[in-house]
Amino acid sequence: MKNLVIAMVLATFLVACASKKPVSSTDGSVPEKSAETAPSTDSSSSPTSTPTVGVDPLNDPKSLLATRSLYYPLDGYAVQAADEETVQEHAKYLAANPGRKIRVEGNADERGSTEYNLALGQRRADGVKKMLVLGGAKSSQIETASYGEEKPKAVGHGEAAWSQNRRADLNY
Amino acid sequence: MKAFQYFVFSLFLCSALPAHAALTIEIMGAGENQIPIAIVPLAGDAKLALSIAEVVSADLARSGLFRLVEAAGKLPHEPSEVVYDEWAGVDALLIGSVKILPDGRAEAKIRLLDAVKRTELLGQKVSAKSDQARAIGHRIADLIYEKLTGDAGVFSTRIAYVNRQGKANRLVVADSDGYGEQSVRLTNEPIMSPAWSPDGKQLAYVSFEQKHAVVYIQSLLTNQRTILANFKGSNSAPTWAPDGKTLAIVLTRDDSSQIYLVQPDGGNLRRLTFGGGIDTEPNFSPDGQYLLFTSNRGGSAQIYRMPVAGGAAQRQTFEGGNNFSPRYSPDGKSFVFAHFSSGKFYVATQDFQSKQMQLLSEGGWEKKPSFSPNGRLVLFATEAQGRGILATVSSDGRVKQRMFPQDGDIREPTWGPFLKQ
Repeated sequence: MKNLVIAMVLATFLVACASKKPVSSTDGSVPEKSAETAPSTDSSSSPTSTPTVGVDPLNDPKSLLATRSLYYPLDGYAVQAADEETVQEHAKYLAANPGRKIRVEGNADERGSTEYNLALGQRRADGVKKMLVLGGAKSSQIETASYGEEKPKAVGHGEAAWSQNRRADLNY
Repeated sequence: MKAFQYFVFSLFLCSALPAHAALTIEIMGAGENQIPIAIVPLAGDAKLALSIAEVVSADLARSGLFRLVEAAGKLPHEPSEVVYDEWAGVDALLIGSVKILPDGRAEAKIRLLDAVKRTELLGQKVSAKSDQARAIGHRIADLIYEKLTGDAGVFSTRIAYVNRQGKANRLVVADSDGYGEQSVRLTNEPIMSPAWSPDGKQLAYVSFEQKHAVVYIQSLLTNQRTILANFKGSNSAPTWAPDGKTLAIVLTRDDSSQIYLVQPDGGNLRRLTFGGGIDTEPNFSPDGQYLLFTSNRGGSAQIYRMPVAGGAAQRQTFEGGNNFSPRYSPDGKSFVFAHFSSGKFYVATQDFQSKQMQLLSEGGWEKKPSFSPNGRLVLFATEAQGRGILATVSSDGRVKQRMFPQDGDIREPTWGPFLKQ
């Protein structure tokens, strides 16, 4: 069942690539950005040189790749529209750097039981993974985990803390 | 309102990871009809006698069902020494003696007397290792409780919880009054969801030592542990079937969190729910036929029930807000759960027949309620003075108790089963 789903996802992606449809603005930005970044970081053609030093877009604070945390509304687990471009950028980076691996950690605020929040954090992380795979990353590059409400970034019973804790972290 | 405070150090620690604990216990409220009782310090070894009397008195007071009357004047130790006219204010009287046996064990010989009818209600010997005065006291309190209320006492049962201090997470087993802590596991990663095996000899729990949620089963006798489930994603929410031959767990290996059944050795894993959303926190009915669980399939977290054999799930909670962490009452007629509304968590119960929710607490940050094995008390985690503490409330909501640990935050408490004598 799981393999079938992955196969279907991959097939959809391949069809999308093959037909080269300019589906959306996010898709439309793919060629530009990857032209800037992906070739230089994955330059297997020049193994002796060190052009990647300081060029790896992962280390570029201006890159969308510098955004490593995604935030969610209460009980929500879909990647927010505002974060989709960021996730796409990470997906492209992973696609261009197949040796790279990423661990997506989901977290939740404390409103809910510890177990429910563990489940919610896992859904957040798995939602990010799904979008990364759709964006070209390989499933094998991505590990997901949830800490639920167990490792709050901010402590306190209030939205100021809770909003910080409804989060998925992308750790390379 | 009555408030008693006790500061006592735990007397016996037999784990490889000893844990020192001092507790402050507060009791508020009282049962409708409190039984006046006098606990006369036992004759014999004075130190032992005093420890036992303290434990028995504290246990009975905590239940809210007894009013402790100070024993004064000449103290009787044998029925023949009792001048009943001097005990007009009490319904019952505990007398007896304690001695150290040749083999080093302590033996208490107790008699419970009906001070009104002037008859003996109970005569029994209770023994334990001589450093286990608390265990003897709990056993005597159980005998008194059972004789005078008709319900089984739970003072000799144990509870499990997680004590978090900074990064350190300690899985702890303690007496039902929070004393006698034993560390089961110490790690710098979170621990969640301890669950007692029906025989009280093992704990299943979730630990993040492998950087994701993994379910372990650990023996409390040998401290040996095995991995029950370590699939990709999260493995969590273990709970035992009443026969101890099956556990329900929650896995994300195939989908979002779904409920599975598995043998304690990890064999015969099979998926039970196919909800598509979050299904978690399963709990078996006492007859083993049903599971209660938390699900968001209806759009918000609510409590559902389904047959263990498979089939449709029925939604149980319809109150405003969200509902989590269901646990069956020992008689199977109701369940306790955490009710969240207007920014507060409440301990609530609901009867299967009336379907009426009853709040047992004023609300706060109250989570993970579980029944005592006699169904008379509910243990839960709450917060006071900025810390995570243990609390109990009687199942009629009248008597409340808060237990403050010396340090750390208490999370995830769960009341253990009756232990076979």
